[in-house]
Amino acid sequence: MALATVPPTRVKRFSANPFIAFYQSSIGKKIIVAVSGLYLIFFVTGHLLGNLEIYLGQDHLNAYANLLQQLGPILWAERIILLSAVVVHIVATIQLTIENQAAKPKKYAVSKPQSSTLASRTMIYTGLLVICFVVYHLLQFTLMWTNPEYRNLHDELGRHDVYHMVILGFRQPLISLFYAAAIFFLATHLSHGFESVTQTLGINNRRIGRFISNGGRWLSWLIFAGYVSIPITILLGLIK
Amino acid sequence: MNFKLKIWRQPNQKTAGEFHDYAASNIPAEASFLEMLDIVNEGLAEGNEDPIAFDSDCREGICGMCSLVINGIPHGPGKAKTTCQLYMRRFQDGDTIWIEPFRAAPFPVVKDLVVDRSAFDRIIESGGYITARTGSAPEANSVPIGKPIADLAMEAAACIGCGACVAACPNSSAMLFVGAKVSHLGLLPQGQPERKSRAHNMVRAMDELGFGNCTNHYECEAVCPAEINRTFISRLNREYRKAAVREAVAVTVDE
Repeated sequence: MALATVPPTRVKRFSANPFIAFYQSSIGKKIIVAVSGLYLIFFVTGHLLGNLEIYLGQDHLNAYANLLQQLGPILWAERIILLSAVVVHIVATIQLTIENQAAKPKKYAVSKPQSSTLASRTMIYTGLLVICFVVYHLLQFTLMWTNPEYRNLHDELGRHDVYHMVILGFRQPLISLFYAAAIFFLATHLSHGFESVTQTLGINNRRIGRFISNGGRWLSWLIFAGYVSIPITILLGLIK
Repeated sequence: MNFKLKIWRQPNQKTAGEFHDYAASNIPAEASFLEMLDIVNEGLAEGNEDPIAFDSDCREGICGMCSLVINGIPHGPGKAKTTCQLYMRRFQDGDTIWIEPFRAAPFPVVKDLVVDRSAFDRIIESGGYITARTGSAPEANSVPIGKPIADLAMEAAACIGCGACVAACPNSSAMLFVGAKVSHLGLLPQGQPERKSRAHNMVRAMDELGFGNCTNHYECEAVCPAEINRTFISRLNREYRKAAVREAVAVTVDE
């Protein structure tokens, strides 16, 4: 054919520094997303287990919250690691998304997804929605900027009364609805995220593949059920 | 059978393209999709119109030359086959069929439905080879390979390099292609000398050429004519991770 195309141009050059080059590479960036994501999965699970102590009563939950506060430098170390994981996870995924859009400049007129899911195609959006929620969640329950009156809640032992703070917060149906929606996006994000972590880290194989992807989905929706059960029981008046 | 076709026409890489409507009339049900296009082209040639450019070669599903995205699916509806192995009996009489070229930044349109897939050749040049001893072939049984390994390598080697994986991927990622090549060569004893550098260099070449990043949708696996399994991507991730660690601790990857 007499027609010629411009030969594919190199759109990326790698640094001589292996650490920078690792981050520049597609798989390197994805490994960083997977590792930070795995850490966040552990956090989300641990946080849920802590929250579920509300069912054990006021004393249990307040004692647990008090214990965390007493950790001092360990708590701060955890917070710094957690914040770094969140920042790295978001920055790398935004960079990956920009590269992905550049790699597909022209979309198909007819699109018929064969195996991708709504969850897998909307990872960047569900992720960004979750981080918006996390900011509000911190303002509400950790920093208590939106509700300064929470600061004056104390139980008989003089500890901060987390138990009543949570009940007061979730008694407002709109706050609970917003919370449930955010957890829904989190669970959707995780339902693709779990399996993706194993694939990107190269530990997925044919023997465990189906178990991992189904197990990941089950775990995501269990996390959803766990978190959302709290505002529901509060709204139903089962916890006072 | 009669069909309404909506076909992407584009004179060259620099000029913008658009969809044109064509009618495909009196098409035998046993015609392949490419034969249907041949019939349409004959009609265009008779009317002194520019025929629709599309790629094809062996027309028996093994060369990897034919492409096309048919109604949103690379190589059209159905599993494990190329466009040349798609038959018109799969469609209903009177169907409207959308025909587009493979879309990906590293696969520029040459003309109409023909895209330049030489970016795959650049990836192969970066590591998709083995150092072969010249001269007479060694005695076959002198290099024992376990049956499961041989089968797995053969499965990966089935990749015909058509590029449907890149076309199907919303991110134009070439991970299934590179995963197949890295696995098929890396699993066999003949591929060991370059194994350490292969994954490293092929991934870097893939990234440099502007292929996107895998986000684990597995659209590639669903459309692959050779049914290359997604776990070859996992294997590639593993190989690259090892190579990157080796590079970071200053052990040369080109040994």
